[in-house]
Amino acid sequence: MSALLRTDGVTKSFGGVQALSGATIEVDEGTVAGLIGPNGSGKTTLFNVITGYGRADAGEVYFGDRAITNAAPDRVFALGIGRTFQLTRIFARLTVLENMLVATQHKGRPRNLLARTSRGHWVQQRRRAMDLLEFVGIAGHAGVGAGTLSYGQRKLLELAYVLVADPAVILLDEPAGGVNPSLINHISDRIRELNKSGKTFLIVEHNMEFVMGLCSRITVLDSGSATASGPPDIIRTDKRVLDAYLGEDVEDDDDIPG
Amino acid sequence: MSTQRTAQAAGLAALAAAAIVFPLVFTNPVVTNYGVFTLIFVVAASAWNVFSGFSGYISLGQAVFFGSGAYALGIAARDWHVSGDAVFALLPACAAVGALIAVPFGLVALRVRRHTFIVITIAVFFIFQLMAYNFSFTGGSTGLSSPFLNWHADTYNNPFYYITLACAVGMIGLAWLIRRSRFGLQLRAIRDDEDRARGLGVRAMRVKLAAFALSGAVTALIGGVWFYYLTQVQPSTGFDPLFDLSIVLMAFLGGFGTIAGPVVGALIIEPGQLYLTAHFTNGYYSEILLGALFLLVVLFVPRGIIPTGGEWITALRTRGRPAVTPATAPPPPAAAPPQAAPSPPTTAPPASRSPSTPGGSR
Ligand SMILES: Nc1ncnc2c1ncn2[C@@H]1O[C@H](COP(=O)(O)OP(=O)(O)O)[C@@H](O)[C@H]1O
Ligand SMILES: [Mg+2]
Repeated sequence: MSALLRTDGVTKSFGGVQALSGATIEVDEGTVAGLIGPNGSGKTTLFNVITGYGRADAGEVYFGDRAITNAAPDRVFALGIGRTFQLTRIFARLTVLENMLVATQHKGRPRNLLARTSRGHWVQQRRRAMDLLEFVGIAGHAGVGAGTLSYGQRKLLELAYVLVADPAVILLDEPAGGVNPSLINHISDRIRELNKSGKTFLIVEHNMEFVMGLCSRITVLDSGSATASGPPDIIRTDKRVLDAYLGEDVEDDDDIPG
Repeated sequence: MSTQRTAQAAGLAALAAAAIVFPLVFTNPVVTNYGVFTLIFVVAASAWNVFSGFSGYISLGQAVFFGSGAYALGIAARDWHVSGDAVFALLPACAAVGALIAVPFGLVALRVRRHTFIVITIAVFFIFQLMAYNFSFTGGSTGLSSPFLNWHADTYNNPFYYITLACAVGMIGLAWLIRRSRFGLQLRAIRDDEDRARGLGVRAMRVKLAAFALSGAVTALIGGVWFYYLTQVQPSTGFDPLFDLSIVLMAFLGGFGTIAGPVVGALIIEPGQLYLTAHFTNGYYSEILLGALFLLVVLFVPRGIIPTGGEWITALRTRGRPAVTPATAPPPPAAAPPQAAPSPPTTAPPASRSPSTPGGSR
């Protein structure tokens, strides 16, 4: 297996705060990888650097063999890396279906101008969007304003609209955070299914049951650098991990119902 | 649904018919003059809305385009010795000038975030007004006059009325098409969360710039018509801060970001303004009222007549019936224990299910 997504010594500071200090992680193609670490350890910042939402001070990001360090967000997305945000960022004044259609543009668009302007392509895109809404379980809300969705439904919508463009890798920032427990199982089932169909995931999550159940490899981030990496069973018992993270955070991992 | 469609179509047809026969019924030039000015503002407010209303970037520099269109027509007619009806052939050139100004203008101004953008558009506006005052080819403070049109005074307004009506219909049609298109969707996504839209592949700069250039082109074109109608332009009338205030107020009053909003706003405000200016010799009355109206709109109908009115109508219709409640979380699929035999692998995304099948969550 080769690494589909890799960061190499990524460093970033905000003023005096060193958010990342040489973070090196690897995500193998076709796997579900986890990224854990205490609050403020730099997980979200690393996602931001990978997806073009923040510039790295040093270090590289590779997608396959290609260096994509500091590429703009639209470019990163066009290359095949989609992400969700810790605090969901849906388009509140668009309908749910319109949210889905924002991401439908580059791929699969017919070259032929006539075909492109014909309604056929658009209809096809809408159908695909509806299928994905159904897949995540919110198709019944397609016509309503996305601002009326519950928190958990927003998480599902964010997952669904990232899928529209069929990215190879999907980065999920706390997909289970603040979501009610019944929905958490639903989300992990969706991820499993998508992974089976070939999608690669990198997941940041505090819910240990969720991470341990889904991920085949987990990397621990502490103070901006990766301190351990391995299969869940090893990570679960790693002394450094227990010290840095599990002992402290697992307890207060409460789920606010969505 | 289809009866509503039919009613809408009938309403639009009646409106179009009324607009067409208007100068034939009201032949008084004073009245048709109201018509021409109102239609000019319908076009300008709709053009503003396609950029600012859809994208959320408030431009207070549309007069840059309006004045440039007017001046472009005046300079071209003067220097190329175009006269008579042939001047109307120069209108596409006005639009081109608007777009050509919008591109560098946008490349500078759209780099910054919304609040700063407003300030930059105001600054650019003053630069253009100053240029008009100080360059010799713009005629300085006396401005420019248009070539004489040898038309009969009684019906002089009518051709202008139909030209502006055609521009208005074209602009409204364009706004409608954009609103339904992917381009329009991207603009509205930018309005909601630009950074998020970029992360979904929207090339925000291009999209904003295209809308800005389109808006600038249409505004410059109608500026050219306005100039030819008035037969003259000065720096203070071509590049008039009240122009920007008016179109923004029209769009806000009618409904920011909607198709009908700027149209309704222009239909209300422009005749009102003309009436006040004509009936009170103190021109500032209408300006004070305009300012007061702005305050009232922002305070009491911040979203505009069209969206708010639409809500009232919906509320009346659905009175007594339960509102559409956001459904709760989708029922979880029978929670399979971890590591248990996975459910039959639905390929994601499923290829061909009917879109009308209700989701798991109604
Ligand atoms: N935009 C920012 N400005 C200043 N400091 C930031 C910013 N984003 C993150 N940080 C800081 O960087 C560190 C890492 O934050 P973050 O990546 O959000 O951690 P995590 O997602 O692991 O909880 C924290 O100390 C945080 O305060
Ligand atoms: Mg975080």
